[in-house]
Order: sequence, then structure tokens, then C-alpha cells
Amino acid sequence: MARVLMKGNEAFGEGAIRAGCKYFFGYPITPQSELPHYLAKRLPEIGGLYLQAESELASINMVYGAAAAGARVMTSSSGPGISLMQEGISYIACAELPCVIINVMRGGPGLGNIAPSQSDYFQATKGGGHGDYHLPVLAPASVQEIMDLMGLAFDLADKYRNPVMVMGDGILGQVMEPVELNSATEVSLIPKPWATTGTAGRETRNIVNSLYMEPEELEKVNLRLQEKYRLMEKGEKRWEEYRVEDAVVVLAAFGMVARIAKSVVDRMRSAGIPAGLIRPITLYPFPDEPFLKVLRTTKTFVVVEMNAGQMVEDVRLVVGYRRPVHFYGRTGGMLTTVAEVEARVREIWEGLK
Amino acid sequence: MAVSLNHTEGLTDNLFHYCPGCTHGIIHRLVAEALVELEVLDRTVGICPVGCAVFAYNYFNCDMIEAAHGRAPAVATGVKRVLPDRVVFTYQGDGDLAAIGTAEMVHVAARGEKITIIFVNNTVYGMTGGQMAPTTLVGQKTTTTPSGRDAGVAGFPVKVAEMLAPMEGAAYVSRVAVNSPKNIRLAKKAVLRAFRTQLKGLGLSLVEVLSTCPTNWGLSPPEALRWLKENMIPVYPLGEYKIPEGDT
Ligand SMILES: Cc1ncc(C[n+]2csc(CCOP(=O)(O)OP(=O)(O)O)c2C)c(N)n1
Ligand code: SF4
Repeated sequence: MARVLMKGNEAFGEGAIRAGCKYFFGYPITPQSELPHYLAKRLPEIGGLYLQAESELASINMVYGAAAAGARVMTSSSGPGISLMQEGISYIACAELPCVIINVMRGGPGLGNIAPSQSDYFQATKGGGHGDYHLPVLAPASVQEIMDLMGLAFDLADKYRNPVMVMGDGILGQVMEPVELNSATEVSLIPKPWATTGTAGRETRNIVNSLYMEPEELEKVNLRLQEKYRLMEKGEKRWEEYRVEDAVVVLAAFGMVARIAKSVVDRMRSAGIPAGLIRPITLYPFPDEPFLKVLRTTKTFVVVEMNAGQMVEDVRLVVGYRRPVHFYGRTGGMLTTVAEVEARVREIWEGLK
Repeated sequence: MAVSLNHTEGLTDNLFHYCPGCTHGIIHRLVAEALVELEVLDRTVGICPVGCAVFAYNYFNCDMIEAAHGRAPAVATGVKRVLPDRVVFTYQGDGDLAAIGTAEMVHVAARGEKITIIFVNNTVYGMTGGQMAPTTLVGQKTTTTPSGRDAGVAGFPVKVAEMLAPMEGAAYVSRVAVNSPKNIRLAKKAVLRAFRTQLKGLGLSLVEVLSTCPTNWGLSPPEALRWLKENMIPVYPLGEYKIPEGDT
């Protein structure tokens, strides 16, 4: 069992390789650049291809072509680059092609900065590009979890013939942690009889398309896509619960911020305050079950994010007006600290009494 | 009566949707025939553009992908890099290739991507209603240059063949026209040569085809052919701008 010290960005790359990904098309942007650096070296070693595109528009469309040709393929970027990719992501979603997109988030909007942030939550989970579509979005909270989720990301992409996004903030990309390499999922590639590989040995032509001029026809496509999203919502929600059994105050956080929230929970517990944490691992489909489950004991929720309050909307959607849902967040690449979050949670706790 | 033109296996039985007298149909046929003659139809993947040829996947009798506006060369890159032994071509209009898709076009040439671009230059955006294209001639009236393209306002035509030929990764670049039987024969030769260049793995091959748009030019089909000859060819001279070394 190999245990190595690895940067988060490198783990995205190694995890992808261990998931059978042989093709990467990308364009440089901080704070994810170690990922293309890593793959530029590693992919040729395994007979794969690293290709630097002229833009994010080109890289996502290279991904589109490679996915149509039946390959396991990936790209990566950060906020501004992901914005440029949204055109391609919408086309890929409609053409129902599998691929994996990594977003190592930085501060926005606009050029923003290169400091860690979680401000692309809306963009990732609510569509992002034009039209009605969704991507499964995975949010690992450690370098080990990146490694563990990359196989799942590619499997989900193939299973649903859909782009999948794996998202982390800049810290997750930059942090170094020990990783067990053999924990990635076993690669079992499913056949892709729909791929455009040339008609040789096949009766019919394969066409990869996202154009349906007849409204009735396009509505049918949309209904089929929606059915697929309902299937994802039924089968693919993932989350972690921490000390929620009897929790009166429940924090919710994703990615690296959840680790800060976990420390806050521990500190509250040592002070005799019954706190707990729900950490969504899939941001889409959003895990509603753990929130509904704790309603019995929980009096209030506190959502902690490195943005101006994005996931808090999904928590409110689940909890409704049954319990208050508070928010604490920092923006602009400012980190939340354990002390800050603890102060906010204590304030809310005091208000409860 | 002798039949001089048989159905080519390179095209499906679907009827073209193009306007009467539009030369998109001729260009389709030339590409389809070339793929059949080179015996590569069953290992070809074509990429359709946005524009009047958006439905080309209904016509070419091979695997096809529909791409976003201008992005076909990037999509083709993805396919070719995964399947290097397949024949990959894009079919793009001037709005598609020379406006929104300029970067993608230049960079497949820079990389020497072993794909073939069939570039249909009809000096307008056909599908969206005859607006000015990058290739619109100075003085030419379009729906967005109602009193003729004024170079001082709207700039000068983009000459794609001249632009890409000097690039090291471009192996074969030519400009042809489909306005006369003679030119159509030359166009066919160029298309064949472009695909041969790809099969030899020499780099990017691009054939710019001067084409008509009778509908948006407001001309009858014969008038359109004449307009192409008299107005387009002087600005866009025909010929082979780059041929692979040693390939005479
Ligand atoms: C991103 C985007 N912008 C604009 C359009 C609208 N559009 C469709 S076809 C077209 C012009 C195509 O012109 P050209 O490539 O010259 O082809 P032609 O119709 O002349 O054959 C435009 C602008 C689009 N489909 N996508
Ligand atoms: S609009 Fe012009 S380019 Fe389009 S099909 Fe009609 S004639 Fe051809």
C-alpha cells in the first residue's frame, strides 16, 4: 500500500490516471496549474496525451471531440476559465458525452484574485451554461478524498453519459497531504457503442448532436435529460455526517471549509454545546436526506462557505421555514478561521436560549 | 440519355435543404466523392458547423459530430488525437471559421493537426439572414452593411488561405471555386489532395471553396455564379497556396 505526500492538484491528476483517463486538454490558470504540470509529465509515461489548448473554449471542445470518440477525457481550470467553458459544457450536456471537469476555485467575480474561494457553487450546480441541464458536482475535502473520488467522477460520467465536475477551492489544490494510492476505484470501462469512431463494423452511422429544430423533439430530449437528473438525485447523493445524532445546532459546509467547521463542532462539544456537521460531498445532486433526518433534534442550522452565501440557498430549500438557516461566509479569497466561525455559532446558540 | 452523375455512396439519400442554386450541395458532393474514392468513408468522422451547413450530418454518409459555432477545429483535434488512424474533417462557413472560430482555425494550423478543413466562403452569414461576414467584400451590400461594406468602419476581408499558408503546421492550403464545370473539377482535385495530405500525416490541410449565396446576395443562381467569378475571384485568387514538400 503506497503512501505518498502529494499536492491536491497532483491528486486530481493521479486519481484521473488511476481511473483510466488517458487524455487531458487544458489551459493554464492559477491556482490549478500543478495539475496540468503533473499530467504533462505523467500522461506520456502511460501512453496518454497531454495537450495544451489555445484557450478554455478550445480545451473544452477538444474534450467534446475526444469524448465523442469514446475516450475517458478530462480538463481542468479555475473560475474565469470555467466561465469560458460553459458554452462547451452546455453542448456536452445536451450531446450526452461523458467527461470530467476540475474546477479549483479562486476569488471572483471577474478577474478577482488567485486566493481560495468557493464562489462558483451556483455556476457549478445550477447549470452555468445556457439551457436546462445539470452536472453531478463532487466536492472533496482532502487530498485523499480527491484520489478516492476521481474514479467515481469518471464512472458517473460514463454511467449517465454526462459531464461531471469535481470542485475544490484553491487551498485544496495547493495543500500537501499523505495519500494512499491504491484506494482509487477499479477501472471497469463500459462499452460506448454510440461513439463516433467511423462506421467500420457497424450497421448505422453514429451522430453526436445537440440540435433539434422541432420543438416537440427538443422537448422530448429535455424530458429525457430531466429523467436522467431525477435518477441522479435518487441514486447519487453523497454526504458525511459528523456528531449530528443529538445536535441542536447543525453546521453545513463543503470542501476544505468543512474541516474548519468540524473543528468548530469539536470545540462547541467540549464546551457542552451539542453541535454537529453535515458535509455534502455531492453538491449536485444536493443531499437533502441528512438535513431532513436531523430536523427532529436540530433547532437551527448554520451554513459556512467561502462565498456570499450560495449553498445556503439549497439548505433553505430543503429545510424551508421549519428551522432558521443562518449563514457565515467570507469572500474575496479571505479564509474563514475556526475562531470566527465559532464566534458566529456561539452567537446563534446564545440567541436560542 | 446518358447518366453522367450517379448517386455517391458518400452521401445519404436525404434531400438537401439548401436554397435553389446554392453551391453548398456541390461542395458536399465533392467531399463525399473524395472520401469514397479514397476508400476511407467507413473510417471518417466529420464535424459540422453552425450556419447553413448545420445539418450536414444528415447528408454525409459517415459518423458525424455537430459542433458549436466556430469550435469545429477544436472538436476535430479531440477526435483525431484519440483516433489518429481515422480521417477527420470539418466543414465550415466563413462566419464559423473566420469570425467566431478564428483562434481555433489558426491554432489547428499552428499545431499541424492532421485534419482537413473544408472552408466554404460565400462572403455572408447565410443562415442568420445575410449579415456581413469577415469575408464580405469592400463595398458589398449585406443586411448589416446596407450601403456596402465600408472598410473604414467594418474593416477589410479576411483572406484565410493567404493567412494560413505560411504557417509551418499547414501542409496543404488551396483556394478553389465551384462556379464552372472546370473549376468544380479543380475543386475536386484539391479536396482529394487535402485528404491525401491528411492520410500521409503531413499536417493541416485546408481547402477554401468560393461558394454562392443567391438568396442573400439577392441574385438568381446564374447571376450568382457570374457575381462570384467577377467579384470574388479577383479578391480571392484561386490556386494552391501551399503544397507539401516533394508533393508535386
Ligand atoms: C455562439 C453563437 N453565436 C451566434 C450564432 C448564430 N449563427 C448561426 S449561423 C451563423 C452564421 C453562419 O455563417 P457562415 O459560417 O458564413 O455560414 P453560412 O450560413 O453562410 O453557410 C450565426 C452567427 C450561433 N449559433 N452561436
Ligand atoms: S442562405 Fe445562402 S448559403 Fe444558405 S442555403 Fe441559402 S443560398 Fe445557400
